[in-house]
Amino acid sequence: MITRMNHVSIFVLNQDSAFDFYVNKLGFKVHTDAPMGPGMRWLTVCPPEQPDLEIALMAITEGMMFSKETAEQMRELVRKGTFGFGVFECNNIYATYEELKMKGVEFTKAPKEEFYGIEALLKDDSGNWFSLGQKK
Amino acid sequence: MEQYPKIYLYRRIVQAKLFIDEHFADNLDLHNISDEACFSKFHFIRLFRKIYGKTPHQYLIAVRIEKAKMLLGKDTPVSEVCYTVGFESISSFSGLFRRLVGLSPSAYAQDQQEIKARIIKTPLRFIPGCFAERNGWTKKAILKN
Repeated sequence: MITRMNHVSIFVLNQDSAFDFYVNKLGFKVHTDAPMGPGMRWLTVCPPEQPDLEIALMAITEGMMFSKETAEQMRELVRKGTFGFGVFECNNIYATYEELKMKGVEFTKAPKEEFYGIEALLKDDSGNWFSLGQKK
Repeated sequence: MEQYPKIYLYRRIVQAKLFIDEHFADNLDLHNISDEACFSKFHFIRLFRKIYGKTPHQYLIAVRIEKAKMLLGKDTPVSEVCYTVGFESISSFSGLFRRLVGLSPSAYAQDQQEIKARIIKTPLRFIPGCFAERNGWTKKAILKN
C-alpha cells in the first residue's frame, strides 16, 4: 500500500538560479545540497511546513540522463512553459501573491475565486508553472 | 489582471512583513512599523496575525531564530550569531533558541556540522537510488558508501 510521496523532481535550467528562486523568493527550506562531482549537484528543497517532501531541483544537462539533443529539446520545452508541476498551498493567497510579486515572481493569473477555491498561477525562474491555491 | 478587494490593506501588511524580513537585526520598534503601515497599533497587530498566524513581535523572533539556525549551520560562533541576528544578550538568545528549537545553539550547530559531514562523506545515503542511478553517480567510486 502506497502511503506518502517523499520525493518529486522539477527540471530547471540553472540550479543556482533555481536555488535563489525557491529559497529566497518562495521561502522554501534547503533539505540537501550535495556536490556530486564536477558540475553536478543534488539539491532538494521543501515547502516550509512540509519538511518530509523533498523537491529535487534537477539541472537539465547532457550526461547519463539526457543526450545532448534531448537536453536541448528539454531545455526549450521548459523555457517555453510546457510543464506544470503542481499546486502550492498557502494560508492567505492575497498576501502571498502581493509578497511574491514584490519579490519579482511572475504571475500569469492573479488570485481569482473559482468553484474549488481561490487560485493564481505563477512561473518559476526556468519557466515551469504552478498553481498557487487557497482552499475555501 | 483582475483586482481583488482590500488590495491596499494586503500591500501595507506585506510591506511591513518584508520590512521585518530585511531589518530583523536592527533594534526595531514595532510601533513605528504600524505607523508606517498607516494603521493603529491594534488594527495592525490584528491584521498581521490574521495573515501570518503570529503577532509582528512573534514573527520578528521567528525570523531571528531562523537566521540564527542558518548561521549556526555555517559554523558561525554562537556569540557572533546572537548579536548578528539582533539579540542583546547571549543568555536570552540561548534560552529562547532552546525553547523554540529544542536544542541549545551549540548543540544545534554541532548537529548541523555532523549532517553536513555525512552528506559530504556518503552523499548516496541521501539520494534515492533511482535518481543516483540515472545520473551515473552510483558508478563513481568516490561517491560509494
